[in-house]
Amino acid sequence: MSDTTNLPPRFRAPSALSWVVLVGFAAFFIQGIIASDISVERLVKGASNLVRFVGQAIPPDFSRMPNLADAMLETMNIAVVGVTFGCLFSVPLALLAARNTAPNGAVRAFARFVISVARTIPDLIWALIFVVTVGLGPLAGILAIVMDTIGFAARFYSERFEEVQKGPSEALTATGAGRLSVIFGAILPESFASTTATSLFSVEKAIRSAVTLGLVGAGGIGVELSTAMRLFRYDQAAAIIIVILVVVVGFEQLSTSIRKRII
Amino acid sequence: MTLAISASDLHVSYGRLDVLRGVSFDMTKGQGVVLLGANGCGKSTLMRSLNGLEKLRSGTIHIHGEQLSTARGRQLRQVRRGMGYVFQQFNLVPQLNAFQNVLLGAMGRHRMGLLSCLSLTASAQERERALHCLERVGMADRALHRPAELSGGQQQRVAIARMLMQAPRVVVADEPIASLDPKAGREVLDLLWRIVREEGLTMLCTLHHLELAQEYADRILGMKAGRIEIDAAVTDTNTPQLNALYTGMTRVDARLGEVAA
Repeated sequence: MSDTTNLPPRFRAPSALSWVVLVGFAAFFIQGIIASDISVERLVKGASNLVRFVGQAIPPDFSRMPNLADAMLETMNIAVVGVTFGCLFSVPLALLAARNTAPNGAVRAFARFVISVARTIPDLIWALIFVVTVGLGPLAGILAIVMDTIGFAARFYSERFEEVQKGPSEALTATGAGRLSVIFGAILPESFASTTATSLFSVEKAIRSAVTLGLVGAGGIGVELSTAMRLFRYDQAAAIIIVILVVVVGFEQLSTSIRKRII
Repeated sequence: MTLAISASDLHVSYGRLDVLRGVSFDMTKGQGVVLLGANGCGKSTLMRSLNGLEKLRSGTIHIHGEQLSTARGRQLRQVRRGMGYVFQQFNLVPQLNAFQNVLLGAMGRHRMGLLSCLSLTASAQERERALHCLERVGMADRALHRPAELSGGQQQRVAIARMLMQAPRVVVADEPIASLDPKAGREVLDLLWRIVREEGLTMLCTLHHLELAQEYADRILGMKAGRIEIDAAVTDTNTPQLNALYTGMTRVDARLGEVAA
């Protein structure tokens, strides 16, 4: 052993930058607590309100079940139609955005910009925008889901395209095949399993967002829920929440079992 | 008579590293040439640039009289179509079965590209041809197997069938047996050279086995540190001369100090 090697110190003082970040975060956190007026008294009152809500919500009122079923069907229509178009549009967009398939840098930058705009704007805001442009109802919901799906799926597709092995596509390029033939002959088949998994995730995500889109008037069961809440019909609201829960959980189970089979 | 491959004064660099430092050689039609050289001497780069996969800094390549070095787009694809490429790592598409992989070899020949080469849409003629190619490499009974279900040697056979499907006039084989065990490697190499000779193709093949090189080749090219050191008919070479390719400054990225060590 040489005597120049020292034991590593037990503790190393954080850098100045770490201190600034830490103190800044703490200040913001404390200011947040003060500003939102959190007090034990309000929490206790909230808890008693919650008990009252639950008391009124039980037993759930399923008397409007036929209407609820219609509304739930509309929600699933919105989700399935929206996610299908969303995934279909995502493939070409992802090809334009992936480094190894984009025709040039400018197109790639533009495609990535479109995807990140679709992702950054939350689904509820897309729904508000489309309610203004195409009016109340399921079409606004479908368009909102399309945009939300593009933001999610196109990004993961394009990352997957960039990860495929270079060999097979190089081998097809070497046969004199055109660029599109190489993409559809090698790159898409290679990423098939993972893009399918991503698409199934999009379906789950779309069902969950389609439920809430009704809150801003974009069709589906959310409309029923917001009406029931506003009329203080908590028993009806509870029934709606139970219906949503059953459908969403059922869908997630289905998609998980399909995904397991593919991968 | 036009030459099958004519390369003159090729220079290729990766950044500041000169990989090919003025490589020139010609190959006549039907010639079988083995390219020897240590790892890192620029063999693969040379092979890749013959197919336009690597950009030249300077120099010219003609394949059957067609200029490759300046070709772009359709012209480049035209030249590539006439050149079969066999890779060390086989490079089959893992999700597609052997039959479909072989069919993809015909993509360059069709105006519609992939659309004429899917098992679903290909003409009856092309489908029969693909099966025939698999028969020639002894893999017809494995047509519906995916690459992962085949051994390395079998995968390389399928890759050779894909090359046959392409109907090339020149074949470039980049260490075709380097990732196979000796027995499978020997069988695949036998098959490859037999097909090349039967079809009257021109082949440039890199190998690491001197004995195999001397057995199959008409002519041997030896590379060392980005330059051609040996270019002679196989009868005019001897083992010590070939062994010298693997000693001393062989790599293009070698520095003086490392060689001494």
